[in-house]
Amino acid sequence: MGEARPLIEMRGIYKRFYIGQPNELEILHGVDLDVMPGEFLSIVGPSGSGKSTLMNVIGVLDRPTEGHYVLDGTAVSQARDDELSAIRNRKIGFVFQNFNLISRTNALKNVELPMMYAGVPGSQRSARARELLAMVEMGERMNHQPSELSGGQKQRVAIARAMANDPAIILADEPTGALDSQTGRMVMDLFHRLNREQGKTIVLITHNRELALETDRYVTMRDGRLYVGDTGEEVRCGAR
Amino acid sequence: MGLGESVRLALEGLRANKMRSILTMLGIIIGIGAVIGILTVGNGLTGSITGSMSSLGASNIMVSLQDKSDDFMPMMMYTLSEPEDEDLITNEMLDALRERYGQVIAGISLSETAGSGQAKDGRLYANLNVIGVNEDYRDVSSLDLLAGRWIQEKDIDGQRSVCVVSDKLVNNLYGGDMDAALGDELRVVLKEGDILTFRVVGVYEYDASASMSFSMASDKDVTTGLHIPITTAKHLAGAADGYSSLTIQAVPGADSAAVAADVQSFLNRYYKSNRDYSVMAMAMSSMLESMSTIMNTLSIAISVIAGISLLVGGIGVMNIMLVSVTERTREIGTRKALGATNNDIRIQFVVESIIVCLIGGIIGIILGTVMGYIGSTFISEPSYPTPGYIALAVGFSMAIGVFFGYYPANKAAKLDPIEALRYE
Repeated sequence: MGEARPLIEMRGIYKRFYIGQPNELEILHGVDLDVMPGEFLSIVGPSGSGKSTLMNVIGVLDRPTEGHYVLDGTAVSQARDDELSAIRNRKIGFVFQNFNLISRTNALKNVELPMMYAGVPGSQRSARARELLAMVEMGERMNHQPSELSGGQKQRVAIARAMANDPAIILADEPTGALDSQTGRMVMDLFHRLNREQGKTIVLITHNRELALETDRYVTMRDGRLYVGDTGEEVRCGAR
Repeated sequence: MGLGESVRLALEGLRANKMRSILTMLGIIIGIGAVIGILTVGNGLTGSITGSMSSLGASNIMVSLQDKSDDFMPMMMYTLSEPEDEDLITNEMLDALRERYGQVIAGISLSETAGSGQAKDGRLYANLNVIGVNEDYRDVSSLDLLAGRWIQEKDIDGQRSVCVVSDKLVNNLYGGDMDAALGDELRVVLKEGDILTFRVVGVYEYDASASMSFSMASDKDVTTGLHIPITTAKHLAGAADGYSSLTIQAVPGADSAAVAADVQSFLNRYYKSNRDYSVMAMAMSSMLESMSTIMNTLSIAISVIAGISLLVGGIGVMNIMLVSVTERTREIGTRKALGATNNDIRIQFVVESIIVCLIGGIIGIILGTVMGYIGSTFISEPSYPTPGYIALAVGFSMAIGVFFGYYPANKAAKLDPIEALRYE
């Protein structure tokens, strides 16, 4: 990986809840993680391992209690709420397990949403959304409501939406969890295509080891710590 | 995110829940509609009352006997109790008054109601009130004479059976031919059953706005005054030779309020020793003023009560917005994950609330205008809400939207995206 700067650079990330109260809880115990541009990384781990908490920190939905997190050159640990919103908007494309499309809003408008919050003018937005929907082979259904789409179709719309502002990374949280294996396969293929053809950096969070094995690299979350592969060393990255 | 986007988002949200949006609006619709309707009717009523009062003559002064035991009630033109014969204002008093204030008094109008009934000619009829009048009555009441002459001194002195009829009566009984009416002996059947005959000597123009009754009678059934000499009327009614009320017209340019004060104090000298009655004189102009004030105050008071329904409507909006925020928690979480700032979310919900109230307000304005129009048509002449009322209603409904929408919107804005995304 040579001289390239990591897209995600995490050092000593701690996350504690109920701070100062008797039931104070530490979920992440000083996690280090580097993700290089164009990498397809998966994070596996059983439920309760702190996987979701790590995902929230990576996705800038939450701030770490302690530690440094630099995303695409921007230090996010100390950012204000509105700055976090902007970072999520421009740098991260979320793909959720249960799609989270806005109901009663057609596929096209759903894909336009991140661009709307980014202040992209209407016509440009619509053109880009059509392009993205065509890319995920949903061009013919862009005027459909989410309720009129199958699970696989919904997830493809969600992936198109995640790509809307051309984010630095796509953060996919159990993207195949609500899908049957066939459509799940299709969604994974789509991620591979985005990674291969567009060089998109993808972080996949899953409890499915099979899927993790397909990706460039995988790390395992266990009891609030990250390990290389299944049982390897704890992930440690050098000081910046 | 621009305002246009917020409005579009809000409209989408409202369209998604049509029934609920309409029910939410209902409170605002009823509130705004009621206020606009009431103000419109009140306006029309004030306009028609002041209109008819001023057509009676703004320079007129109403003089009446006032029961000393009554509280001072400026709006009571006539006393409710029946004065004894010796309490009445006499012709001698009026002569003295004319002598003393001749320069400022243009005329003293006297009248005596002799009853109501119908003039009949075969199947034709006309409803009428028989009113005894003096010469000055015509000028003071600003009646226009269309044909013939008015009641004159000789008629009064001679207690003659002559009458001046309205053009409506001529229309009903003589097919509008005034020449046929003049000189005709008119048979009048009073409600009590008495049959009287008067010779028609003149025709005056009936002015509907001057009659203070809110009559809905058709042209054919409208009751008009049949004017006869006051002495004749007194005789018919068996009334004493005096007056419990009369109308004085001040000369043009005179301060009618000052004349009223002079007249009152002049006449009250005769009543110093009277235990039961005194004289009250009030200028129509000051009566007009207090009437408008009372009507306006009344309209505003009723509007305030109607405004309470707006408050209830606003609370309804807040309630629904809170439900909506809870229901759309995941949506809010998703929007935040996709980059919506707290302010984007807040604006989205406030705009939604404003739009609910604004649409409700506009429907309410339309409804209120229709109700006000119908209501004012029924009791006087049609009137419309003023642009000021409409602007106020629009502004007020938007203000309700902001006021009652802000708390739910703020609640939505402050949601933690992680919690919101996890919300089932």
